[in-house]
Amino acid sequence: MTLAPIDCDIHPVLPGLASLAPYLDPHWREQIVARGLDEQESISYPKNAPLTARADFRAPSRAGTDPRHLAAEALDPFGTGLAICNCLYGVQLPFSEDLGAALASALNDWIAREWLDRDQRFRASIVVPTQSPARAAAEIARLAPDRRFVQVLMLANDSAPLGNRAWWPIYEEASRHCLPVGIHAGSSYRHAVTGIGWPSYYIEDYAAQAQSFQSQLASLIAEGVFAKFPDLVFVFIESGWTWLPAFLWRFTKFWRGLRAEVPWVAAPPAEIVRARVRFTLQPIDAPEDPAVLLRVLEHIGSDRLLLFSTDHPHWQFDGTAAIPACFPEALAQRVLAENALETYPRLAASVRGGNAPPPPGADAAEENGPGETR
Amino acid sequence: MNVALLDRTTSQNAIQAVIDCDVHQAARSIADLRPHLSERWWRHIETYGLRRRLGPALGPAYPKGQPGAMRRDAWPEGGGRAGSDLGLMQRQHLDANHVAFAILNPLTPTGEGMQNPEFSAALCTAVNRWQVDAWTSRDARLRASIVVPYEDGPAAAAEIERWAGDPNFAQVLLLSRTAEPLGQRRYWPIYEAAERAGLPVGIHAFGYGGQPITGSGWPSFYLEEMVGHAQCAAALLTSLVMEGVFARYPRLAVVLTEAGFAWIPSLLWRLDKLWQRMRDEVPDVAEPPSTTVRRQVWLTTQPMEEPEHRWHFRDIVEWIGTDRLLFASDYPHWDFDDPAQAFPVALSPEVRESIAFANAARLYRLR
Repeated sequence: MTLAPIDCDIHPVLPGLASLAPYLDPHWREQIVARGLDEQESISYPKNAPLTARADFRAPSRAGTDPRHLAAEALDPFGTGLAICNCLYGVQLPFSEDLGAALASALNDWIAREWLDRDQRFRASIVVPTQSPARAAAEIARLAPDRRFVQVLMLANDSAPLGNRAWWPIYEEASRHCLPVGIHAGSSYRHAVTGIGWPSYYIEDYAAQAQSFQSQLASLIAEGVFAKFPDLVFVFIESGWTWLPAFLWRFTKFWRGLRAEVPWVAAPPAEIVRARVRFTLQPIDAPEDPAVLLRVLEHIGSDRLLLFSTDHPHWQFDGTAAIPACFPEALAQRVLAENALETYPRLAASVRGGNAPPPPGADAAEENGPGETR
Repeated sequence: MNVALLDRTTSQNAIQAVIDCDVHQAARSIADLRPHLSERWWRHIETYGLRRRLGPALGPAYPKGQPGAMRRDAWPEGGGRAGSDLGLMQRQHLDANHVAFAILNPLTPTGEGMQNPEFSAALCTAVNRWQVDAWTSRDARLRASIVVPYEDGPAAAAEIERWAGDPNFAQVLLLSRTAEPLGQRRYWPIYEAAERAGLPVGIHAFGYGGQPITGSGWPSFYLEEMVGHAQCAAALLTSLVMEGVFARYPRLAVVLTEAGFAWIPSLLWRLDKLWQRMRDEVPDVAEPPSTTVRRQVWLTTQPMEEPEHRWHFRDIVEWIGTDRLLFASDYPHWDFDDPAQAFPVALSPEVRESIAFANAARLYRLR
């Protein structure tokens, strides 16, 4: 059976705060107007930066704002059967957890109504107010019955490294609902985006995201998240992945020397990653020479790690060249759909059920969790 | 189960001379510096201590895996820190491992990165005098690194000028975790002075610039700090490239020390791609970042990369370039690399000679 591709990273763009008004309670609806709240757009993706939207996605409306345009640009050309919406509107930016929670809830409800209801191929990540792990967990619990939400979404930089125990209520709730935790490039900018301070240029900020993912992977492993939540899967989204082998070599070397500090890390880091961490395909940080990319794939040593993504509307590739021509056919097939089905229980249930959107509250056998499939 | 047999050729490697580009000599105690400090600054140390951009008055931010992160066999019998006894260093490392030249990078203390900028400058000068007095003047194999108060660019440049042309010194030493990314304008006087003096700038892992050491704040464990040196070094290299430092100072040579090297190819692939997309933001960067780095950046080998499958090491060396790598042991630290044992695969004699000796001899003009 040939499975339709599953795109694990597309970006609906909120046209503006006004679009959230119908989904906010009267207090916040009034506050936004009375206080003249600015758009919560993040500096992670400047609207007009070349990377933020491919030139051919910029017309006729702002890229990513129209579900039909997005489907025509990102889904139809690949015959994509399911696509995960990761909305990057900056709900993590306000310092007030009250405002963050209000915006996150409104954004999730907006996604459900304006996107998921309009095209049966769309699925979404639950955006959470990371200002408060407790309220983030509550938001997961609120939306989990809608099975079109298939993972929890966090950013690659937040107030503390993501392995820290303070975050664990989020992982506990995600684990309860068999939802993978997706970590997407970006920051709440509680700290400089590098470990050595604020850079001068946007190009440095975006480049640094790959280092942030490395720090987060170290944190998740070292703090014992994978030991504490044995079924939880993490998906690194728009992280790049050619850095992974070198990172694992270095991490494994120091783990061997220092594991007495983290006795709960009982397996080699590479083993943990191959079982529990996935990476979306785009961007591919590799040179033109396909021989080099094939060497990198050999260093990675698993065909289960990569999940197809276009990262629409971000400019990562031209035309429809999302999957490098040098990928062996068997790997391409795994990347296009099989790996995603093994990663996301709710997508697997959808495909088994004929790709129809599952009814809210359906509590199928999918709750066996992803551990079973690998 | 398949097990890769080590194809190291110890006997072949052991007899060859090496240049060790990262050796850490230490003061027995801070009192070693007293002869090189004014009365005011000695009193300052006694009264206020060594105030870094870090809470603990003593020791590192993250407790090490063993005392001082030192090899347990490197502590002198007569007392003092590991690395503080030249005789022991000679017997245990320089003689035993056929070290023809060693680049000294003093970390305990450095004088670099102190909160008080005047004190930082005075302490750096004292450390540099002590390096000549206690080390390079006593063993012809030793070359020191000029420590500088790098958060104060003009003062750091003045310290470089003080020692320019002095054969005791082979490079300028910066630490990787600074107050701001090292490409920024406040640090440019350092590069200007180093280029004028014909000295490479070595940038060694560690340092406390006051920033959380990840983009997400402070991690919990020493393990994360050690892994994280690669990420901090990647950010500083990005900064040096994107700020146009290499274009502004075309004869500047930068050596990244103790931050690993296998991560370099992926970083440069990413930077090249982003530069193609957004070079309008950085008009001073006129060529692909990988081209710049290939010309003006060197990397030391310790801690040696150990791929899951050892033969993948050859890919990394090929992608980086055999002329970019400089052997380093990190003596007397716990993760010391023995030149006879460290390479995970057998290298051709020409490649090994380049990495273990010739690249450093050329870069540092050692003969």
